[in-house]
Amino acid sequence: MTLPSTPPLLQVQDLHVHLPTSAGQAHALRGLSFTLDKGQTLGVIGESGCGKSLTALAIMGLLPEGAQVTGSIRLNGQELLALKESELCRWRGARMAMVFQEPMTALNPLHTIAHQIAEPLRLHQGLDARAARARALQLLERVQLPRARERLDAYPHQLSGGQRQRVMISMALACAPDLLIADEPTTALDVTVQKEVLDLIGQLVREDGMGLLLISHDLGLMRDRVQQVMVMYGGGAVERATTEALFALPAHPYTRGLLAARPRLDGPRGARLSTIAGQVPPLHELAAGCAFAGRCPKAQSDCARQVPPWLAVGGDGVHQVRCPHWSLA
Amino acid sequence: MAHDGFWRRARRHPSFVLGGTLVACLVLCAWVALFWTPWPAAEIDIPNKLAKPSAAHWLGTDSLGRDIASQLLAGSHSSLLVGFIAVGIGLSVGGALGLIAAARGGWVDEAIMRFSDFAFAFPALLLAIMLTAIYGPGLVVSITAIGIFNIPVFARVTRGAAQSVWTREFILAAQAAGKGRWRITFDHVLPNIASVLIVQTTVQFAIAILAEAALSYLGLGTLPPQASWGRMLNEAQAQMFQAPWLAIYPGVAIALAVLGLNLMGDGLRDLLDPRLARRR
Repeated sequence: MTLPSTPPLLQVQDLHVHLPTSAGQAHALRGLSFTLDKGQTLGVIGESGCGKSLTALAIMGLLPEGAQVTGSIRLNGQELLALKESELCRWRGARMAMVFQEPMTALNPLHTIAHQIAEPLRLHQGLDARAARARALQLLERVQLPRARERLDAYPHQLSGGQRQRVMISMALACAPDLLIADEPTTALDVTVQKEVLDLIGQLVREDGMGLLLISHDLGLMRDRVQQVMVMYGGGAVERATTEALFALPAHPYTRGLLAARPRLDGPRGARLSTIAGQVPPLHELAAGCAFAGRCPKAQSDCARQVPPWLAVGGDGVHQVRCPHWSLA
Repeated sequence: MAHDGFWRRARRHPSFVLGGTLVACLVLCAWVALFWTPWPAAEIDIPNKLAKPSAAHWLGTDSLGRDIASQLLAGSHSSLLVGFIAVGIGLSVGGALGLIAAARGGWVDEAIMRFSDFAFAFPALLLAIMLTAIYGPGLVVSITAIGIFNIPVFARVTRGAAQSVWTREFILAAQAAGKGRWRITFDHVLPNIASVLIVQTTVQFAIAILAEAALSYLGLGTLPPQASWGRMLNEAQAQMFQAPWLAIYPGVAIALAVLGLNLMGDGLRDLLDPRLARRR
């Protein structure tokens, strides 16, 4: 066996997460595996409760207390699950960073913008107060915050939602991480601002050659913005493909349902939006087999018994689906 | 903490203004009494006992002929001293325990909180009596007893407030930026609970003044010749039917001090609330 010369930026293998809940242990992530190469962008898509955010928190090592994690998460070849908390602290913010969904609550209301951006710089790069402030200004200019110099001493409540998200992004980028995780970065923003912020993230990722894990429930946002997409359902991946292939030939019934449920401007007026019947089952009630079986229009008797294996779709070697019946029309 | 225009808003807050004025009067009295009282507070003058208010004795004299105004002034020392030190003990020890409990969680949290429950359930008066039995009555004993009583109060308040800050998303964001537990505690948790602690401090200060008076009244606190409002009440009790007004002066002093601190605490609660501060 030959070792690859450079390990992938992020390699997640057979990741299981159990969470304690009031209804007992929930098997929240069920054997999730994926890789992300340096400079690549991967979109993670799925409904609320499918484990998208949990995946992000597991990578960052920020799962809630009591969570049990097994499997492997390697960043640049380093096994993160083997690191001690104090070692993880040196990785977070420096090599992997995260942008959160709600920029109002993710900024401390009592600290100025300059203070919040300067903190990771002082922590990881040992800059003094003056140097960190100068760097914070550069970062704010880089994320195109208008009147950046005046905004250094502003408090979060004095900025708009989009401006706050720019501040969050500049904090995440402060120490030039290798991996950027953006968990629904635009869900809390106006539609027009969404596009600007996503374009900004895309541009910064390209310039710095970071790997990007973009988490969203909105398939439309993924298009043109990530190279690959992984569709998650019930704590596991059900389909992965290049973005083009996924939109051209969605294979998994769940992915098709998601695509069909998007509102379209060119559809007939007054037509009802398509929906996926049923709801996401509670995690502690999931069956042994395919998690989607209960809602799937193509479910067969064997679906609920065992988790289906990955099957190749098309010939590009990337597109795979976890549904033996995907080709049934 | 930057609260823009704090003083501008404070001046327009009636209960803060009233409470602040009362507290300022209390502090001023204590400060003046350091250098000067109309008469030496402990000077006994039996021929002049139970004198009516006059130009010489503003509020009259007590059963031993001591000047009441001077005793009131000097008695503020005991109240403030006990308040500052006992609340200081409670705030520093209890606050630290609460922060640790919230930051660590798990068995550490459990241990600290069970200790607090135990300390809380133990009657403060019994503690004071025990300490008095061991060390004899005195100011140090009452300060210690009230200080120990304050520890679980501050531990609980701090832990509760800190826990609610720990669940907020900016803490997760700070963790994602690589900050450790203690750095987050000092940089993010403490500033966000400071207003809660300040308000609690004023309330506990008022309780400490009451407790000091109660302990002195019971003979477990300050010893003569050191003046104390509580002991003035105790001595007035013996003259209840000859000179009922003797109980009124220290009673009013205690009530005003406690009222002032509580009003100031209420005012601070409003003024330090960041949601209100934003409405300029």
